[in-house]
Amino acid sequence: MPLLEAAGVSKVFGKLTALDGAALTVEEREFHGLIGPNGSGKSTLMKCLAGALLPTQGKVTFINTDVTSFTPPERARAGMSLKFQITAVLPTLTLYDNILLAMQARSSLLDLAFSRSRGRLHEEVMTILLQFRLADRAFDAAATLSHGQQQWLEIAMALACRPRLLLLDEPTGGMSLEERRVTGELLQPIKQHCSLVIVEHDLDFIRDICDRLTVLDQGKVLASGTVAEIQANRSVQEIYLRRA
Amino acid sequence: MSSTGTRTQPPPRVIQAARSPIMASAFTGRKKVLLILELALLIAASIAPIVLPDYITVYATRVLILCLFALSFDLVWGYAGILSLGQSLFFGMAGYGVALLARDFGVGSIFAVLPAGTLIGFVAALLLAGFLLLGRHPSSVVFVSLGTMTGAYAADRLARGSHYLGGQNGIPSIPPMTIGSHELSEGPVFYYLVLAILVLIYLLSRFLLRSQFGLALAGLRENEQRIAFFGYKVQHLKAIIFAVSGAIAGTAGSLYAFHEGFVWPNMLGVVMSTQVVLYVLFGGSGTLIGAIIGTAIVEGLSFWLSDTYRDIWPVILGALLLLVILFRPLGLISLLLGERERVGSFGPNREEKRNAAP
Repeated sequence: MPLLEAAGVSKVFGKLTALDGAALTVEEREFHGLIGPNGSGKSTLMKCLAGALLPTQGKVTFINTDVTSFTPPERARAGMSLKFQITAVLPTLTLYDNILLAMQARSSLLDLAFSRSRGRLHEEVMTILLQFRLADRAFDAAATLSHGQQQWLEIAMALACRPRLLLLDEPTGGMSLEERRVTGELLQPIKQHCSLVIVEHDLDFIRDICDRLTVLDQGKVLASGTVAEIQANRSVQEIYLRRA
Repeated sequence: MSSTGTRTQPPPRVIQAARSPIMASAFTGRKKVLLILELALLIAASIAPIVLPDYITVYATRVLILCLFALSFDLVWGYAGILSLGQSLFFGMAGYGVALLARDFGVGSIFAVLPAGTLIGFVAALLLAGFLLLGRHPSSVVFVSLGTMTGAYAADRLARGSHYLGGQNGIPSIPPMTIGSHELSEGPVFYYLVLAILVLIYLLSRFLLRSQFGLALAGLRENEQRIAFFGYKVQHLKAIIFAVSGAIAGTAGSLYAFHEGFVWPNMLGVVMSTQVVLYVLFGGSGTLIGAIIGTAIVEGLSFWLSDTYRDIWPVILGALLLLVILFRPLGLISLLLGERERVGSFGPNREEKRNAAP
């Protein structure tokens, strides 16, 4: 069984059909890229996967459970984690607290009230900050970070929930070339325990880290396959040439 | 640095990363300001009845009760970001509840009426939260504030129209609260009782807000939608803090009823609700001590001004409030406390940081 399976997912906003029967399958520990021209429905599909939007039609199955009508907290508790397209770190909190907030999300309220997991999570928080090269800023407010660092903090927060599936919407948006390269490096090790669905405009970045790609065009799946297959696909070349 | 290298760092690096002596000292330095402030206020409040004339002690008791009420509003607005404009609903309902207990059932024992008032506030807030906060979709700030305000307004009107509740005049001459056979009337004993309850609830709130639950509340206030995607049940969090704050408002309302000796519809209404908003904005929302300072200063000023400048004091008070809100939107407390101290920090406690420091 695949980890995530979305079938026939449609989303209609008024008269606009943003998604028209899109499908996506992600295996365990697979990095899956979602590409396509602007307005092809990539972000809408991500939102339907994460629960930010409910699809008009279709079904999303995650670890053998139909999660189509799950709320975002329910999906998060099932093991999905989303990094928003717009950075949404909590600016007045320290980096440390941002991570701890994400990490403790599934603790019971009683445990939270008595801070029962604070000591236990300390090392994990520092490890993840270290992994994302943010440890020396741990006790600064998140607002003081550069844009690229905020993106990393977001990814770190999304990972701090210990997801089985990480959904990244444009993680390298607004990053320098060097920062993009580092982001790729930061993402590699998570493959040991987590699958990834990533929406990204930077095709070189996608090609470097992904195992498989799905190409969307006008809300429909145009092609899906390994990176090599997609690169060789004539119709994919055409839509990218057409818009270029 | 290779990518696998970054992942499997040995533990010593982790501890090293926590070392930031400059930051740690700045942090503990600011932390002291708050603690000194809290202790100074506690000492001042403890000796006040000894040095002040009795009629001022009576007034100060009322201010302390209002401080407790302000604390309850600060919890929902300053910490959880829920703009409750109907906080007086819980205050007044508890007040009316205990007044009826004393009038119609002869129940005046402090061990019965205070828990009863607290429970009334808690249950009323929980019911209102059920309507306003527990939908599938998060409710907007405007919806919640208008909803709570409508509740307070409706309760005010109902009380005015009800013969049983005494109509416009409310319930006068409530029998006094008792401890054993001792009757509590206004004065130093009542003052110290209220002070003890205020300190206890302050400490409990402080404990809760500094816990990981407090961090969840901070997340709720900053970005409700974001933390839902971490897996927080935000609606439940909101309902719980709302109910806890209702309980505290209920405690305050029952104390108020027995201290004043009567309850009247204004206790339930919008005037009381907005008054508590002003206290907290003036002192500084999102800090417990700010709510206390705000209440004490606003009430202290009105006491002094109404005596000295009988005719124009509301204007002076209004101008002062406006000045604070214009130039110190974070309240007077922001003159003393830095941003980090105000927002709080939930990471490793001071002990752990000191151990991590070289």
